Amino acid sequence: MNLPSLPDDPDGTNLDFMPQGYPELVGALTHTLGPKNVLTSTEDILPYGFDGTAALKQRPLAVVFARDAAQVSAVLKLARVHRAPVVTRGSGTGLSGGSVPVAGAIVLCLVQMDRIMEVDAANLTLRAEAGAITQRIFDEADAAGLFYPPDPGSMKISTIGGNVAENSGGLRGLKYGVTRDYVMGLEVVLADGSICWLGSKCVKDVAGYNLRDLFVGSEGTLGVITQVLLKLLPKPAARQTLLATFARMDAAAETVSSIIAAKIIPCTLEFLDRKTIQCVEDFAKVGLPRDAEAILLIETDGHPAAVVDEALKVEELCRSHGATTVRRAASAAEAVQLATARRSAFSALARLRPTTILEDVTVPRSELAGMIREVETIAVKHRLNIATFGHFGDGNLHPTILTDERDTEEMQRVEHAFADIVAATLARGGTITGEHGVGLAKKPFLKRQLGDASYELLRLVKRSLDPDGLLNPGKIFDLSETLQSDE
Amino acid sequence: MNNSTTTNAPGDMGGSALNATPVSVRETPVSGLAALDYSILQQCMHCGMCLPTCPTYIETKEERHSPRGRISLMRAIADGEIEATKAFGEEMYYCLGCLACTSACPAGVNYAQLFETARSEVEAKGLLDSPKRDAIRWFALRLIFTRPRLLRFVGRLLWLWQVTGAQYAFRKLRLTRLLPADLRRLEPQAPVVQAKFSHQLIAPVERPAQAATKPRRVAVLTGCVQDLIFADINRATVDVLLANGCEVHTPPLQPCCGSLHAHNGDTETAEALARRQIDLIDPFAFDAIISNAGGCGSHLRHYDHILEGDDRYAARAAEWSRKLKDISEYLVEIGFRRPEASAVPAASVDVTYHESCHLCHGQKVSRQPREVLNAVPGVKLHECGEATMCCGSAGIYSITQPETAGWLQQRKLGHLRATGASVVATANPGCHLQIANGFKQAGEATSVVHPIILLADAYRAERAKA
Repeated sequence: MNLPSLPDDPDGTNLDFMPQGYPELVGALTHTLGPKNVLTSTEDILPYGFDGTAALKQRPLAVVFARDAAQVSAVLKLARVHRAPVVTRGSGTGLSGGSVPVAGAIVLCLVQMDRIMEVDAANLTLRAEAGAITQRIFDEADAAGLFYPPDPGSMKISTIGGNVAENSGGLRGLKYGVTRDYVMGLEVVLADGSICWLGSKCVKDVAGYNLRDLFVGSEGTLGVITQVLLKLLPKPAARQTLLATFARMDAAAETVSSIIAAKIIPCTLEFLDRKTIQCVEDFAKVGLPRDAEAILLIETDGHPAAVVDEALKVEELCRSHGATTVRRAASAAEAVQLATARRSAFSALARLRPTTILEDVTVPRSELAGMIREVETIAVKHRLNIATFGHFGDGNLHPTILTDERDTEEMQRVEHAFADIVAATLARGGTITGEHGVGLAKKPFLKRQLGDASYELLRLVKRSLDPDGLLNPGKIFDLSETLQSDE
Repeated sequence: MNNSTTTNAPGDMGGSALNATPVSVRETPVSGLAALDYSILQQCMHCGMCLPTCPTYIETKEERHSPRGRISLMRAIADGEIEATKAFGEEMYYCLGCLACTSACPAGVNYAQLFETARSEVEAKGLLDSPKRDAIRWFALRLIFTRPRLLRFVGRLLWLWQVTGAQYAFRKLRLTRLLPADLRRLEPQAPVVQAKFSHQLIAPVERPAQAATKPRRVAVLTGCVQDLIFADINRATVDVLLANGCEVHTPPLQPCCGSLHAHNGDTETAEALARRQIDLIDPFAFDAIISNAGGCGSHLRHYDHILEGDDRYAARAAEWSRKLKDISEYLVEIGFRRPEASAVPAASVDVTYHESCHLCHGQKVSRQPREVLNAVPGVKLHECGEATMCCGSAGIYSITQPETAGWLQQRKLGHLRATGASVVATANPGCHLQIANGFKQAGEATSVVHPIILLADAYRAERAKA
């Protein structure tokens, strides 16, 4: 096989691309990992050609499963010898195309590395392998009377390694922050196969550069995260969930501003518009008001007295800003049901149209009401069906364009609308992604947000840590100038 | 009721599956995944919410063995991107068809239809054909399970084998060693056939003791396996309906509902059997048509879809689907009477409930069987972990995929044991046998019952006291 070697195709845009010596590479991988852990047949690898992102698909050359950091290291070394790109993957639920393979890539799947090794109640930490499921981490902490707050929508199946690589958020970001805020340490395998630990169990640790944070949100482009040391919190003693219904979108947005202005930080402050409410209710049947224009799902947690006090104040603010009804969850089970229903929002919207293009723009909270109105205007302008839901409390919106990827004319309008949403976001001092990552989906807009110097700095970091450009190439940004699709 | 165009006895299917109903067979229908309404495939937006509920994904952690992975293969075939291969065929039969993914799917993907279409394509293309497999399929799908009289005859032979001591002697003399490996493995699992079949226990029409001025008219479906192995459950079903003032019609000779066929890629026979069933029981003549087996009910509910292209049957099939109810579902719907608490002994019994996949995922009936159990005096219901996860029976899956079925069975038994219950209630014959076999092999005394048996017993105790 005499095929071009990798540097000619760092972005994986050549569909027929195959790394040199592919059979030898597969042979060596099989020798290292065992035949059961190397998949190459069409039926086996085709289902690894996508993640949770709409309309992105690329079949890899092979899929391999590693059991520990040593095997990950061996895979990276082999890939380097054969100049094959490596795309790391967990459960494949990402929403920006971060784990969608590039052409000719080896998918390095870490789901078999799923051990939770330690819950350290004395230091409030938990150590787990990268493939451990987020929900299990929450449950293990919970069983020890502790709390792991980040709760991305896909937490029932997402892996902690994927959460860290994408710096995932969730419903509790407003009060508790995102995955980054809970990562105390990482085991990372670098592009050359060396294995290093970054961070420690120490609450204070300023020894050397903070490289740990460099890898959080690096989307598999700088190294492969194989283990994480997480910070846990004491479990809040009480929580109360409220569901407020609004006849006007603006009223809901104003309520959120008033809650923040009253110096209340609820743990969750979620918002769903009418279309989303209806789809979620069709699936979850938890009694959401189908005729409401907007609902707010609000949860406060903490000391029981504080929870009672906050819930009361929030309820008053909702009513004084025009909520038509405010319902209190009667039990913990009902509260969980409501949160679970909310987590299904994105997928439930697929009930309306086959393709759901989910955006993740985030604006300073003071800009929320204006941004929501802007999205509505953009929908009308491009004659598109856009549903919006999101984390109102932290300014993170998920305008979701409901479309059909097979309708090329409509998909063009989708692209224009997306560009308009990005422009409006940036004009308001926002960011193109709050919690899903840049991946492939938002790559064209990154430079506009960062500006030339910061953008160049990212690429400098990438070149330093991955000089061969083999780790998830073509994600976040392109290395070769000519292939840039910006503006 | 429209007249059947054939001269066969009601319920019986003569000749091939098709010539039983010579009319209304669509002209050489374009079949398979490529002909499927593409929006059904497109409905999957591969978010991955199905993964944690899929038994084969949990077992292997490989995407190919997950719902979204399987759908991506189906879609690639529909797109002409890949060929349907033997590996694809094997994948479709590795899927349990438990439909847990459909309960987890926020997007509402119709996996049942995708799965049946895919298996039908596998069969139409003969991807898994082998002389042995073909013979078994012909014997089961085309011969035995299309002819209720023949099925009962086979059941009677099996019963004789069991009651005359022949089976005992056969086992004692260790003649099982002479059987081929597959049969040797399955032989101990052979279900015990009951002395009387449903038609010997149930009159074609039974009226309640205290008839209301206008009693509810219901038809009871007796099933195939249920008819031979669990005729007592059919009797109990009739009893509880009578106790709730229903006039119960139970045709003595009923065809198989076609579930077995649809799940195994024989769409043609499944359609023919659906027509036959509708010929036998006119849905417009009843308030409800009652099924008591989760797997059958899940299929029976979709006659509207199966016959939607058949002008002669579409309207009746739609009415059929509206009227088709699971027994627990119907009891709750009509506000069934709770038996008097004083009628039973004071001692309570610890019961746990295993949800049949096709009852909870296929029919979304989950709350009602628990309401029935909670209404039975003395029953203390304990929830078990993973109650909605497959036990590994899955139709004939325990025969075709013994390894995965065995793993699921053990996992299920573990959760059931953890409840400390001495009785497991479940509402599907496949689950019933799978769980009972598991306990038997482990030498445990835990018994398995249909919830309706417990309710019928309570009504009976009430009458005995009165």
